[in-house]
Amino acid sequence: MSAPNKSYDPVEVEALKPEEIERMRDEALAAFAAAADLEQLQEAKVAHTGGTSPLALANREIGALPPHAKADAGKRVGQARGAVSKALAARQAELEAERDARVLVEEAVDVTLPYDRVPAGARHPLTTMMERVADVFVCMGYEVAEGPEVEAEWFNFDALNFTPDHPARQMQDTFFVQSPKGADGDESGVILRTHTSPVQARALLDREPPVYIVCPGRVYRTDELDATHTPVFHQIELLAVDEGLTMADLKGTLDHMVQSLFGADMKTRLRPNYFPFTEPSAEMDMLCYVCRGESVGNPDKACRTCSSEGWIELGGCGMVNPRVLVACGVDPEKYSGFAFGFGIERMLMFRHNVEDMRDMVEGDVRFTRPFGMEI
Amino acid sequence: MRVPLSWLREYVDLPATETGRDVQAKLISAGLEVETVEQLGADLKGPLVVGQVLTIEELTEFKKPIRYCTVDVGHANGTGEPQEIICGARNFKEGDKVVVALPGAVLPGDFQIAERKTYGRMSRGMICSSDELNMGDDGSKGIIVLPPETEIGKDAVELLELVDEVLDIAVTPDRGYCLSLRGIAREAATAYGLPLRDPALLDVPAPNAHGYPVKISDPHGCDRFTARTVSGLDPEARSPIWLQRRLQKAGMRPISLAVDITNYVMLELGQPLHAYDRHRVQGAIGVRRAEQGEKFTTLDGVKRVLDAEDLVITDDRGPIGLAGVMGGANTEIADSVTDPETGEIQGTTEVVIEAAHFDAISIARTARRHKLSSEASRRFERGVDPAAAAAAAQRTVDLLVLLAGGTADAGVTEVAAPSAPRTITIPANHPDKVAGVDYGRETVVRRLQEVGCDVYGQDELVVTVPSWRPDLTDPNDLAEEVVRLEGYENLPSTLPKPPAGLGLTARQRLHSRVGRALAGAGYVEALNYPFIGDAVLDQLMLPADDARRRTVKLVNPLSDEEPALRTTLLPGLLGALRRNDGRGSHDLALFETGLVFRPTGDEPVPVRLPVDRRPTDEEIAGLNAALPKQPRRVAVVLAGAREQAGWWGKGYPAGWADAVEAARVVAREAGVRLDIRADQHEPWHPGRCAALYATVDGEETLVGHAGELHPRVVKSLGLPERTSAMEMDLDLLQRASDGLPQGPRISSFPVATQDVALVVDRSVPAAEVEKTLREGAGELLESIRLFDVYESEQLGADKKSLAYALRFRAADRTLTVEEASAARDAAVALAAERTGAVLRGA
Repeated sequence: MSAPNKSYDPVEVEALKPEEIERMRDEALAAFAAAADLEQLQEAKVAHTGGTSPLALANREIGALPPHAKADAGKRVGQARGAVSKALAARQAELEAERDARVLVEEAVDVTLPYDRVPAGARHPLTTMMERVADVFVCMGYEVAEGPEVEAEWFNFDALNFTPDHPARQMQDTFFVQSPKGADGDESGVILRTHTSPVQARALLDREPPVYIVCPGRVYRTDELDATHTPVFHQIELLAVDEGLTMADLKGTLDHMVQSLFGADMKTRLRPNYFPFTEPSAEMDMLCYVCRGESVGNPDKACRTCSSEGWIELGGCGMVNPRVLVACGVDPEKYSGFAFGFGIERMLMFRHNVEDMRDMVEGDVRFTRPFGMEI
Repeated sequence: MRVPLSWLREYVDLPATETGRDVQAKLISAGLEVETVEQLGADLKGPLVVGQVLTIEELTEFKKPIRYCTVDVGHANGTGEPQEIICGARNFKEGDKVVVALPGAVLPGDFQIAERKTYGRMSRGMICSSDELNMGDDGSKGIIVLPPETEIGKDAVELLELVDEVLDIAVTPDRGYCLSLRGIAREAATAYGLPLRDPALLDVPAPNAHGYPVKISDPHGCDRFTARTVSGLDPEARSPIWLQRRLQKAGMRPISLAVDITNYVMLELGQPLHAYDRHRVQGAIGVRRAEQGEKFTTLDGVKRVLDAEDLVITDDRGPIGLAGVMGGANTEIADSVTDPETGEIQGTTEVVIEAAHFDAISIARTARRHKLSSEASRRFERGVDPAAAAAAAQRTVDLLVLLAGGTADAGVTEVAAPSAPRTITIPANHPDKVAGVDYGRETVVRRLQEVGCDVYGQDELVVTVPSWRPDLTDPNDLAEEVVRLEGYENLPSTLPKPPAGLGLTARQRLHSRVGRALAGAGYVEALNYPFIGDAVLDQLMLPADDARRRTVKLVNPLSDEEPALRTTLLPGLLGALRRNDGRGSHDLALFETGLVFRPTGDEPVPVRLPVDRRPTDEEIAGLNAALPKQPRRVAVVLAGAREQAGWWGKGYPAGWADAVEAARVVAREAGVRLDIRADQHEPWHPGRCAALYATVDGEETLVGHAGELHPRVVKSLGLPERTSAMEMDLDLLQRASDGLPQGPRISSFPVATQDVALVVDRSVPAAEVEKTLREGAGELLESIRLFDVYESEQLGADKKSLAYALRFRAADRTLTVEEASAARDAAVALAAERTGAVLRGA
C-alpha cells in the first residue's frame, strides 16, 4: 500500500487516473449486479466499499496530491463512490424484496385451522335476559331491588292484599317451608316466594317515595316441569310510586320497554284483569314482533309465535292497590303508583325461539353456549 | 263459564249479524277473558230428521249383536217409505223416537253418511247418539231417545239446537256475578250500548208465615235463606230438549227435571239452589255450624267428617247439606223408578227449594277443607247476589210448575239478616286521576250507572254499589269500572320522569362481573333447581355435624327424595355436569351463582302482622328473623380437558389448579387477593383441597374452597374422574373488597432481573416461600413469579426446587447490580430462615 506522498506527481498516481476510477466503479457495479443473494452482496459490499476496497484506497491517495489536483481527483472519486453506494442500496433493496417475497411465502400457514383450545364459555340466557330488561329501566333512572327467595308470607301475600283465604295462598301453588320444629310444628309463616312482588313491599318499606325500582329474580310454584312449566322460574317486576302517576304512565312505560327490546314500532295492549295488589288491573299483551299482527285472519301468513293472534301475552300489571301502599306506610292520598311483572322464561322463548322450557333448566352446554355474554 | 250465544241473545238484542267472535272481542275489551268461541255444528250437514223405530230385527250371527231396524222418517226421505238402518246400539226399542241421519248427511268429524251394504243388509242412514252429534254429555252415552210427542220427519238440527256458538269465559275471582248468564248479559248490554232484560226482575210474593219453617242459628254464615215448596210434581216428567241442550252447552249434564231446573236457574241467575225431597226432610230446616267430628254423607256418596267451622243445613235428624257446597244423600231428589209389580212410577213429588246466601270465606274454607269444589261453592266463594235469592226461588218454582206439572204452595219463607246497601264516596274526578284521562263527571256517572250503581252528588260522588258486586269496595274499584268501560285500549301513552337513579349497587355489579369473567374464562353458566335431599349430602361425604346438613325443609316438596333447599351449589352443578357428560359432552367447565339457604334452626315463627298500617321496624325485624340466611354464592365444576389437544400441541386435563384459578378469577373481579391454604374439607380430595381466605371487615375469613373432588365422591355421584370444583361466598367476597383501586406510580428506570432456585421440603407451601421472598426483598421488588417447580432423586424424595424470577426496580434511579443482588440475598436469607429454603447450587 502506498502512503500519501507529497512529492509525487499526481499524474504518476496510477490509482487516481480517471480511467482507473471508472474501472473500479464499473467493477463494483458489476459485482453488485452479479450478487445473487444478500450474502453475495454482502461480500461484494465488503470488497468494493470496505476500508480496503480499491476506491477507498484511491480516496486516501487524494491527500498526497498537490492542492490544485485534489479538487479534481476528489470530485471523480466522490462521484464514483456515490454511484457505487447508490447501486449497492438499490441492489440491497432488490434482493431484500426478493428474499421477503420468498420467505413470507414459505412461512405461509393455513389460517383456516380451527383453534378450539379452550372452548368458549357463556352466561345463561335467563341471566342475560333479566339484565337486558333491567338495563332498559336502569337507563331511565330506576334502581334494581332484590329480596330473599325464602320469604315471609306477610311480604309475599298479606302486604300485597292477598287475604288469608285467597286461592293463591293455598297448597296447589305455594311451596310452604316447615317450621324449624319439623313437619309436626306449627305453620312457619315462611314460604318460597311465588312472585317477585314481595320485593315491592320491601322496597316501599325501605325507601321514601318517589320509588322507581325493578326487581328481577327467581320464584317458585309447585308446577311439575314440562315443555311450558317449571317449578323454579324467573320474573322481573317493576314498581313506580310517585305523586300523580297514572295508568297512562303505566302504558307509556310498557310501550317504551317493548320498543327497547323488540323495535321502535312495537306497542302494547292492556286488557282488564284482576290481581289483588293492583286496582285497576290489566293483562298486558305486546304486538307479535314476528308477524307484527299481519297473521290475524290471514291463513297464508300463519304465525307460530303468536298462534296468529297478533298479540303475545306478556304478564300482569296495574295501578298499585292503595291498600298495598297503606300496608307499606305510604300515604295513598298523596302517592299513587303502577306495577307490572312478567316471566323471563316466556320472553326468552318467544324472543329467541326457544321451544322447550326444559332446555333452560337442564344446564346443557349445547343450549347455553350460543347465547354468549349478552342477549 | 260457558255461554251459548243463543241463550245470551235472550237477554240482550244483539244485532243478528254479530258472530261469536264479534261478541268475544267486545267482551274482552270490557275485561272478560273470553278464551275460546266454540262453533257447535259448524261441520254438521243434514238431512238429520226425527224418526220412529218401527221394527227391530236382532242379527246374532256377528261378533257383536247388531240390529236391523226400519224407521219411519215421514216424507223426509222423499218416499215416505220406512228407512232401513243397521245399528249397533241397544238402548232403544220399537216405537221410540230417534234422530236419523239420512244419506248425504255429514256429521261432526267429516263423518259422511251414505247408503251402504253392511252386515249383509242395506243400511240407508244412521240412528244417532249424542256423541256422534257432538252434543255434550247427556248421561246415556247411547242413542238419543226423544220425547214420544216429537213430530216425525222434523228437522233435528233445529230441534236439538245443534248449531250454536259457545263463549268460554275464564272468570276472575273478583267477578262472581259473571258466573251467570245474567252477569254476562249485563256486560254484553253495556258493551253494545243496548238495554238488558234482567231475568232477576220477577214478581215475587211477599214472605209469609206459612212457608217451610227455617231456623238460622248463624246469621253471619247465612244472612239470607228463602224456602219455597212445590207439590204435585209428575215423577214421569222429563227435562224438555231445550233445557237439556242449554245445560249441555253450558257444560253440565242433564240429570232429572228438578235437578236440571235448579242448575238451569243457577246458570241463568248465578244463585246456587238446592231442592230437597220434602218427604225425606224431617221437621224444620236449620242452618248452623257443624259439631267437630260430626259425620255426614254428601250427594257424591262420600262420608265426611265435619269441622266445627263448616256451615251445615240440618233437619231434625242432623245435617242434610254442606251449606253452599253440596247437598246430602239423605234428602236427595229420588230418581223416578217404575214399580215392577204395579207399573206405577214412583219418585219425588214434593220439593223444598233452598235459595240462600252464605259467607264467602266460610264456603271457601269448607270447600278447601273437604277438597270439594262444586258449581255452588265456586259461586259463593266469588260472591253471589244476595238480592237475587228470592227471584231465583221464584224462577225455580215457575219452571217446576210449567215443566213438572207442580203447584206452587202459597207459603213463602224468607229469613234475612238486616243489611244496608254499601256506598263509596269518591271525588268525581277520581277515575280521571287514576287513568290520566279527562273523562269528565258526566261520563263517570253514566259508566257507574251502567255497572248498576246509584250515583248522587256533584264534585263528590256518593256511589251505592249494586248487590251483585261485592267486589266494589274501594274508590279504585270504581275507577277501574269507568276505565275499563271507556276502554283500556283508549288510554294514552305517557312516560313518567323518575328522579336520577344511582344505577346498580356494588353487589349487583359484582354479581354480573363475576358471570362475565367466568364465561370469559370458558365456563358455561347453569341455573339449577335448589332442591336437595339427604342422599346427595351423604354422597358428598358431609360429616354428620356439618352445617350444610342443616337445611330448610318444605312442607310440600315436588319430590319426597328432595324435600330440602340447597346449602351448597355443588349438588345442582354436579348434577348438570353429569347430565352433560351423559349426553356426550365430556370436556366441561360449568358455573353457577345463586342463593343458598342456611338456617340456624332457631328461627322464630313470625307473628301475623296487620295490613292496615305500616309495620314497625321491630315487627319487620321479627319477620326477617324468621328467614334463614340466604347468601349468594358462586361455584364452578370442571372435568375432562381444560385445554384440548390439537394441531398446536398437547392439551391438558382440567384439575385442582383450574378450580383454584377460578377462585382467583372471581376474587380479582371483587378486587380481593385470596390467601390460599391447604385444607381438608368434604367433598374435596384431602390432599388437593384449598381453603380460600380473604380479609373481611378486618378479619381473616374463610370464603370458600377449591380443588379436586374426593375420589369416593366422584364415584358415588357417577362423575368423570378427577372432577374438580370451587365454591365461594360472593357476599363475603364483596365485603372483602378493598374499595377503589389506587393508581400505581410507574417507574421508567430499567428493570433488574434476578432468578433464584430454592430447595425446600415438599410440605412447604409455595405460597409461604413466595410470601417470605416478598417480605425479604423489600420495596425494590417489583414482581415475583414462580416459573418452575422441580423434583428429582438428586434433590431427595421429600424435597422440591422452586425457581423464581425476581424483578427489581427503583422509582428514582437505575439500580446497580450490587443493589439488586443485595435485595435478592435478603429475600433468600429470609426464606431460608422462615422456610428452611436452600439456594440451589449453593
